[in-house]
Amino acid sequence: MRASYILKLIEKNERIDGRKLDEFRPISIEKDIIEKAEGSARVRLGKTDVIAGIKMEIEAPFPDTPNEGVLKTNAEFAPIAHPDFIPGPPSEDATELARVVDRGIRESNSIDLEKLCLVEGEKVWGVFIDIHIINHDGNLIDASALASLAALTTAKVPKYEDGKIVRGEYVGKLPLLHTPINITVSRILDKYVVDLNREEEDIADAWLSIAVREDGYICSMQKGGNKGLSVKNVDEMIELAVKKSKELRKLL
Amino acid sequence: MAKIKGIELIKDGKRLDGRKPLELREVEMKVGIIPNANGSAMVRFGKTIAVAAVYGPRLLLPKHLQESDKAIVQCRYNMAPFSSDDRVKPGPSRREIEISKVVRQAVEPVLFLENYPKTTIDIFIEIIQADGSTRVASVNAASLALADAGVPMRDLVIALSGGKINGTLILDLNGLEDNNCEADMPMAFTANKKEITLLQMDGELQPEEIKKLMKEMFKAGEEIYKMQVKALKDRYSE
Repeated sequence: MRASYILKLIEKNERIDGRKLDEFRPISIEKDIIEKAEGSARVRLGKTDVIAGIKMEIEAPFPDTPNEGVLKTNAEFAPIAHPDFIPGPPSEDATELARVVDRGIRESNSIDLEKLCLVEGEKVWGVFIDIHIINHDGNLIDASALASLAALTTAKVPKYEDGKIVRGEYVGKLPLLHTPINITVSRILDKYVVDLNREEEDIADAWLSIAVREDGYICSMQKGGNKGLSVKNVDEMIELAVKKSKELRKLL
Repeated sequence: MAKIKGIELIKDGKRLDGRKPLELREVEMKVGIIPNANGSAMVRFGKTIAVAAVYGPRLLLPKHLQESDKAIVQCRYNMAPFSSDDRVKPGPSRREIEISKVVRQAVEPVLFLENYPKTTIDIFIEIIQADGSTRVASVNAASLALADAGVPMRDLVIALSGGKINGTLILDLNGLEDNNCEADMPMAFTANKKEITLLQMDGELQPEEIKKLMKEMFKAGEEIYKMQVKALKDRYSE
């Protein structure tokens, strides 16, 4: 019943909460909310609420990039956030979300990893992005990507002395080079819709999540949903994502 | 395959393995290779070998997982420990969990799931050897295995990878290219209706380049489609 009502509205280019099809819910970004973390941010898209925290640890570099720091992204769909979230190891969706957010940041060369080397081939900084969903009302990927990027912009590199991390003392900001913004565009009834809430997600045919860098380059894409997309769909979805990414970047 | 700083992957219009930018590796497809499975197939792109087996539609247990009005598709993409330069630890990695999901979604749209309530269609994929583009090899193998199992399908699903190395758009990335490319874009689409059912990208591409690359991938997909059809015909003309 509810689904057919939402569909009827979308047919008329309307949505249940009164938004336009290409309009985000009110976005709030709170930065530096966790003192213990090296960087943090909380993003709300309407009722969707996500916290991203950055922790820095000493790691061994990958053998093929001995002078670069390492980036690891993890997401937890904590059972506090939705009745469908159950305790246990990360679900398929949580794993996908973490990997999509990770790719947007990694592939856009967002973090200057070469500046995070301590001892070449032995010790580098590991940048851990941990995403915690506090309340799930749809569009977790965009909210998580935005929270992660906002958290990175606040992150500081801890002091490293005599082989140990001195917590609470910092040597400078985490060096950032780019600001990739992830926009997920969904197709409902051959129309493109952004920032779906939970009910809208249930009726979407397919979605394409697109990370756009400030210079207009696309740095990652991920298609989801049960139906296929045409080439025209993909082109138009990218176009819309590029446009929306500019709006969101201004909020950082 | 390691990341190598400053590696030149294309010289005088030729890739390190001698291919032209838009040339595929040698592709081999064989249907009906696992007698116990309802359907099965092997797909090889160069050194990359994917084997898929389909079991079902069969009753889904435990019962609470059943859907009363349709079948569900369960898919597992798994790399054999010996398939790669470094041993792949058994057990699902995050990468394998994600690929299992996107491969499942690549084939789901062509199935008539509503015809088989309370059942599961299981697709199991083993990567016997990995040299880049394993997920698209998996989709081709899954498409053939489903057809071989006699599961009604709206269309076959074609898959291949595209990308960019040293500023040049290429098709069918091998492992070395995969790890050192500027962009990597796997895609799957239905053979006749050309509906894209899998699309991923990582790297750096301008929207125009994505358009151009997709066009070349659709073109090369025609060849892969012919190979799928031939592999299926060969199986049943024996």
